[in-house]
Parts: sequence; C-alpha cells; structure tokens
Amino acid sequence: MAAAWTVAAWACAPAPEAMTAEPDRDERSGGRLVASLRAEPQTFNPVTATDNPSRTVIALTMADLVHTNRLTQESEAALAESWTASPDGRRFTLELRRGLRFSDGHPLDADDVVFSFQVYLDAAIASSHRDLLIVGGEPIEVRKTDAHRLEVELAEPYAVGVQIFDSIAILPEHRLADAYREGRLAQAWGLSTPPEEMAGLGPFQVERYVPGERLELARNPHYWKTDQQGRRLPYLDKVVFLVIPDKEAQTIRFRTGEVDVIERLAADDFSRLEASGAGDYALHDLGPGFDVHFLFFNLNDLEDGGDEDLAARQEWFRSRGFRRAVSLAIDRDAIVKLVYQNRASALASHVTPGNKRWHHRGLPPPRRSLAAARRALEGAGFSLDAGGRLHDAGGRPVRFSIVTNSGNSERVRMATIVQEDLRQLGIEVQIAPLEFRALVDRLTKTFDFEACILGLTVGDDPNQVVNVWHSTGNGRLWRLHRTRPEPPWQLEIDRLMTVQVTEPDGAARKGLYDRVQEILAEQEPCVLLVSPNVLVGARRGLGNFRPAVLEPLTLWNVDELYWQGNDAEDRP
Amino acid sequence: MKRSASPRPALAVLGALYALVLAAGWIAPYDVHEQNRDLAWAPPTRPRFVDAEGRFQLRPFVYRQVERPGRFGQYVEDRSRAFPLRFFVTRPSTGRRHLFGVDGEARVFLLGADRFGRDQLSRLLHGGRVSLGAGLLAGLLAVALGIAAGTAAGFYGGWIDAATMRLGELFMALPWLYLLLAVRAVLPLDLTPAGAFLATTAVVGTLSWVRPARLVRGVVLSAREREFVLAARGFGASDLYLLRRHVLPQAAAVVLTQLALLVPRLVLAEVTLSFLGLGVAEPTPSWGNMLAALRQVHVLTSYWWASAPAAALVAVVLSYHRLASALQQLLGKPTP
Repeated sequence: MAAAWTVAAWACAPAPEAMTAEPDRDERSGGRLVASLRAEPQTFNPVTATDNPSRTVIALTMADLVHTNRLTQESEAALAESWTASPDGRRFTLELRRGLRFSDGHPLDADDVVFSFQVYLDAAIASSHRDLLIVGGEPIEVRKTDAHRLEVELAEPYAVGVQIFDSIAILPEHRLADAYREGRLAQAWGLSTPPEEMAGLGPFQVERYVPGERLELARNPHYWKTDQQGRRLPYLDKVVFLVIPDKEAQTIRFRTGEVDVIERLAADDFSRLEASGAGDYALHDLGPGFDVHFLFFNLNDLEDGGDEDLAARQEWFRSRGFRRAVSLAIDRDAIVKLVYQNRASALASHVTPGNKRWHHRGLPPPRRSLAAARRALEGAGFSLDAGGRLHDAGGRPVRFSIVTNSGNSERVRMATIVQEDLRQLGIEVQIAPLEFRALVDRLTKTFDFEACILGLTVGDDPNQVVNVWHSTGNGRLWRLHRTRPEPPWQLEIDRLMTVQVTEPDGAARKGLYDRVQEILAEQEPCVLLVSPNVLVGARRGLGNFRPAVLEPLTLWNVDELYWQGNDAEDRP
Repeated sequence: MKRSASPRPALAVLGALYALVLAAGWIAPYDVHEQNRDLAWAPPTRPRFVDAEGRFQLRPFVYRQVERPGRFGQYVEDRSRAFPLRFFVTRPSTGRRHLFGVDGEARVFLLGADRFGRDQLSRLLHGGRVSLGAGLLAGLLAVALGIAAGTAAGFYGGWIDAATMRLGELFMALPWLYLLLAVRAVLPLDLTPAGAFLATTAVVGTLSWVRPARLVRGVVLSAREREFVLAARGFGASDLYLLRRHVLPQAAAVVLTQLALLVPRLVLAEVTLSFLGLGVAEPTPSWGNMLAALRQVHVLTSYWWASAPAAALVAVVLSYHRLASALQQLLGKPTP
C-alpha cells in the first residue's frame, strides 16, 4: 500500500483494556455508539474511496477475505475461512465460509469475489487499491474453482502473503454488476444513494445520512461473526457518526458526553481531559503509533537557470555533513515535551517503536550535541563569522526557510523549536506555514521550497513504504524530480527494498529492512523528528474497547463493542 | 452641549505605552527568542520581600521555578535559594544594559512564559513595537494617501473627482482578507521579519485610504468655495498656494481625528493578520501572533498570562477612541 502523507499528525502502542467477566447475552445486546468524523465522507463506494472518513465508514459496512487484526498485527480468517499457499508462494487457494449473506439477504459466493477483484483491477476505474494488487508488474489473477473456492495467482512470490487481501472489500455483484457494465461504477454508491440500494458484509449498514450532520448505521442482521456463546454479532444496534470538523469541538462534545469514542486526541486536549478527571470517560495513551514527523530538504534536481539562491542552498542540503549537523542540533526531547507534553518519542528510524515487528532496536537513540554538530559543519567546509553567523565555503551566509502546513499547529511548533536550535549553529531559519494544497503544490509540482516539516503514516509492512524510500517512489518528496544519478547508498536501498518484496523468510526480510533503516540513519536524506503517541478515549462502560495503533484505531473491533450494565437501556 | 473633554489623559496613556515599547530593548529582561524549555507555560514570577524564614529583605528577590516531576506545565518554587532582583544589569549574552534581571539559573518572568518558555513580558514589549508601529505607520500612510486623493478630488472636481471616488468605492468593496491571503502567497518564503512588517504595513495602509480621502474631499469641497479662497484666487494665487495656505488647514481637524480613529483600527488589522499567520511570523513577536496561542481553549483557560497582549490591545484601542472623541469635541468638527 502506498504510504499516505498526512495532513494531521498523530500516532501510538497497544495497551489493551482488561476485559471484564463475560456477562450474559441480554446484557450485551443493544445500544448505540456515537463517534465523530472530522469531515463528511465523500462516498460509500469502497472502490473509489480515498479519504479517511469514507474509509472509516466503509470499514464498518464492508468486509474483506483475510483481515489483519489491528491489535496483534497478524492475519485472521474473515470471509475466507481458510487458505493455503503453494510452496513457491505464487498461488493461494482460499475457501469461503458457507452460508454468508450480504446485508440485503443475498448469498455470497465466489462470483462476488471474482467480480470484486475484476473491479479493483480495472485500470479504467483507477481504484486506489489497484497498485496494491499488482505484484511483479502483473495484476493478480483471481479464479473461481467452485462456488466457495478461489485460486489467486501472483506473477512472483510476495512476502506480504495473504495480507494483500486486508481491507479489500468484497462487493455484491448483484448490486453493482449493472453499474460496472455501463461504466458507472466509479460514481455508484454516492452519498445520495438510497441505503436500500447498497449491501455489504460488514457488521453495520447505512441507515440514514443527514448531509453535513450525521450518518447513522444500523446493525447488519446477516453479519457472519458470532461470539464465543454463538450469539450473532454485532452487539450494538446502531453506530452514529457525527460530522464535527473542529478538533476542539470534538473534544468538547466528547467531554459533555455527546460523543462516546474519540481518537487522535491532541496531547494538549488529552492532558486537559485527564486533568478535568471527573468525566465518565477513560483515556488511553497507546504509546508511539505509525506516524512520523520529519524535516527534509529540497534535493530535487532542478533545471539550470532556475532560482540561483535555491541552487546554491541545495549545495548545502546535498552535503551529508550539513544534514547531519542539522539533525544533531535538533532537540527532539524538547519537541516531545513542548509540542506533545511528553506523549511522543524521539525517532532514530522511520519505523517507530509502535511497529513491534519491524522496529530496528539496534539503532542508537538520537542524541543532541551542538559540539558534534559544529564539528560536522566544519568538516563540510562551513565556518562561523565574528557575529556568530554560519557561512559556507563560498562565504554565503547560511539561511533557509522551512515550509509546513499552517493547519497543523503541532508542526508549526516543531518548526519554531528547530528554528531556535539551528540559530545556535548560526543558521537563520524562516518559517513559512502554508495552506496544505499550496504546500503540496510546492512539494510535488513546482519544487519551490527549501526545507519542509511533514508527517507520514508509515504502514505496518515494509512494502507500504517502498514508494517513500525507493528512488522511483512517488512518496520520496525530497527528491521526486531526478535527472542526476542516484548516490550508491540510495541504489543499495533500492536493491534491498526490491529484494525484500519477494523474500519469503521473515527473519531474512527483517534483516534486509534493518539494513535499510541503518543506511537511512547514516545518510539522513530526511531528518527524523518524533512520533506522537496515539491518544484515544471512550465513555466508561464500553465493553471490549481495545484501541490499537493501527487504523482504524478505535472501531476496528466495533462488532464486539457493547455497553456494560444498564447503559444499554439508557442508550436507546 | 457637553463640556469638551481634554485629550490629555488619553495622550498620557498612549505616550506611556509608546515609550514603553520604544524602550523595549532596555526594559525587556530577556531576548525574545530565548527559549527556556524547562519553563514552558511557567506562571508569572512573584518578586518577594519576605523570605522563607519570614525575614524582610529590602532588595526584592525571586525564587526559581521548578517543574513538578512528570507534570507538564506545573511549577513549584524552589525556596532553598533566593535570587535577588538586580537593576541596571548587563546581560552577558549581548553585553547590553537592561532595567532589571536576576543572576544565575533563575529567571524573572513578570508576565509568565509562553509555550516555549520565552519571557512573555519581553515579547509583549517587543511585540508592541511591531503592532503599534505597524498601526501608526499604516495610519500615517493611509492618511497621506487620503489627503492626496481627497484633495485632488475635492479641489479639481470633474472627472478626477468621479474617478477617485469610484476607485474608492471599488476599494471598499474589495474582500481584503482574501486579497491579503493572495499577497502573502506571492511573497517569497524566506521573507525576513522586517520585510513582513513592511509588507503588512504597506498593504494595510494602502487599503485604508478611502475614508480619510472622502472626509478630506468633503472639507476641500466646501473650503474652495469660501469667500476668502475665492478672493485669494481672484488675486491670482496658484493652486498650490491656495491648497497650502487656505484649504488644507481647514482639513487638519478632520485629519487628526481620523488618524486617531484609524490607528487603533489598523493596529487591530495588524493583530488580525498576525493572528491568522499572514503578518509577522514567529518567532518575531507581535501581539497578533502571541494571541494566536489563545486559539486553543486550554491555553485560554489555564494560562491567563497568555492574554496579556489582549489587555494591552484593549488599553490602546480605548485610549485612541478617547483621544478621537476628545479631539472631535475640541476641534469642533464632527466626523461624519
């Protein structure tokens, strides 16, 4: 999966709530859960959805063949009851569960699965999932062997294995086949589509949508999962999403009890909720998540005759000593403390400690040293003048600007700390907060920037960041435009990232990815800053609430959530 | 008829405020950029005369503030050592003299610290330079442009008058906030604080010429038909002479009152722009970007000293309004 550059910044590590004793079924059933969305969903269509709110909703209304458990980060059987992989890792045989029905009562069979993959792989529809289903340059091939058995063939072995099926929602052919034939599938299942025209395999189904205000989901009576007592899930009757664009307002409405679950709390708000204490909510600091914030320089190969100032500054940015000095001068602990009130971790690698499986424990934690930074600058030919200002070998004063998105106050604060830290080296930094779209334009189209602070949500698997670290990746924002040859260390990263894709042995693959992290720590093409903790909260009495550091953070097990005790009666 | 109010109290308050910000470099105890990262949101330091043992000391002193372990933004005073407040001290880092300060690792934050542990008083004073300075300069610019345009329109009339006034209407109809957003987008990214200050001042001043221009035009229009002006014209006086000698002095009262009304509005305009991140950017303080911290509810409710720029702003705006109404009564020219 392509790593997503995030507008907002957050992160976390699992600290599951203790489960209470199993109450009987009647106590668990019923009730309504209110959550919030930062923006209106764009669509209910799993094929075309790219925005976070849409995906949050679709995760509740649709289901996948094999699902990654957000807590254990392991693959679990979902619509597919079992699977086998061929010894060469190029073929999977999947067995569907029997008797599954869509929310409209229509039975599921292998044709629906074949249809779904046909749609996702259709270049004309350009689903964002398509890239994930292309292995070794070839689309995966999904064949029906009988009504409940499928064969999936890959062009080459794929280290990710069955995780490839995670979050690929299986579509109802009987509902969408006409739209697909007529070329309207990308427009199908919009916000104005009547709920009875949609059907899914998830625990809930769309019941009512009030534009700009709320989205109500009702329990899917045909949902396949049952609990240990054999009672059909989900326990809840309803899930309501309120559209609350403002973060402050979300926090306030959580505090007043209008919203039951809140995620991606800002550290300030978290502390404030914690301090006000008395509320009937429980807060969870899940530790570092998958989000990283970092500073990078414009290393794009720009055309000759462009901005001369920028070209001269790029000479500094290309110097490893300069980047090293900047990294050494930054007080990451101050960022952790002043921006995140100690609810974040300083980063040595883009794979955060929250990523239990791939985090490289051998990398030394970043340590601030102005003396070492000055030595690195000297070694790279920089010198200080009498006034304490840094000059390069050609006598030019070292000054540059850092852009970041103005909507993210945390990043602006990080920039302020970096600015002061670099002032200690005699470097003059200006901060230019830009509106997000203007920022993205500069980063990806005009390349008109010097340095930038941004965040990245790193997926749980190395494959999800190939586009960030491989030289051909569309997420390598510091050098999207390249005409000059790549340095040897980048070629080595390219090789390692390519080899790991097909490496079937987990330990060997970890070794390859560790090496990538070591090279990145050494060369610092981007200067890693911090990873914020994932901060969530829920109303007291919400049973089975086990927030995870992987998206969706809080509602990943929504089918198991229930209200303890008498809460169900209070919440019609 | 009410008795004329004296402009003196308002002038005294404003004079004192401007003197304070002009002397910011000397009064402010710390550098506005200096971050004390272990003193984020430290509350105002209390100067004391009575020490922990209850002894009275003639020289005021302060205690060092120490963060409570594991409690972000909560401080206790370390009473084991008193740090005497010294006056007319030389700060070692700059070698410059300052009104007061303390030695050693203690800090004296009379108005508390901001989120980076920067001295709020120093930032308030230096930020006042930016906000008050921009307001005054932009006001003068607006009035100068207004006088030029209003005089030309009123004195010459005809198509000049029509064109100027239509242009004025166009300016008043402009969605200026969007215009400023657009202006900021085309400015270079590494704009220095001084550049941002000048750009903000120029834009705000240029956009505000219409009101003074209309008022001046009205005065000029009536003045040029006065008998003594006509008489002077009859004696062959040039336009320039007429304007300088007879017409513009008539407009002085209006212009002064208008300036007193315009400056606080433009101070507010600068504050608004910096608040929105369009004016002078961090870490250079301006009252606007200092107030931006209050956008977070918890800052507003937890750290009252963060509101200091708002209090200063209220004082400035009220004083200017008192001044304007006193001037209006004193000079006897009601502003339309």
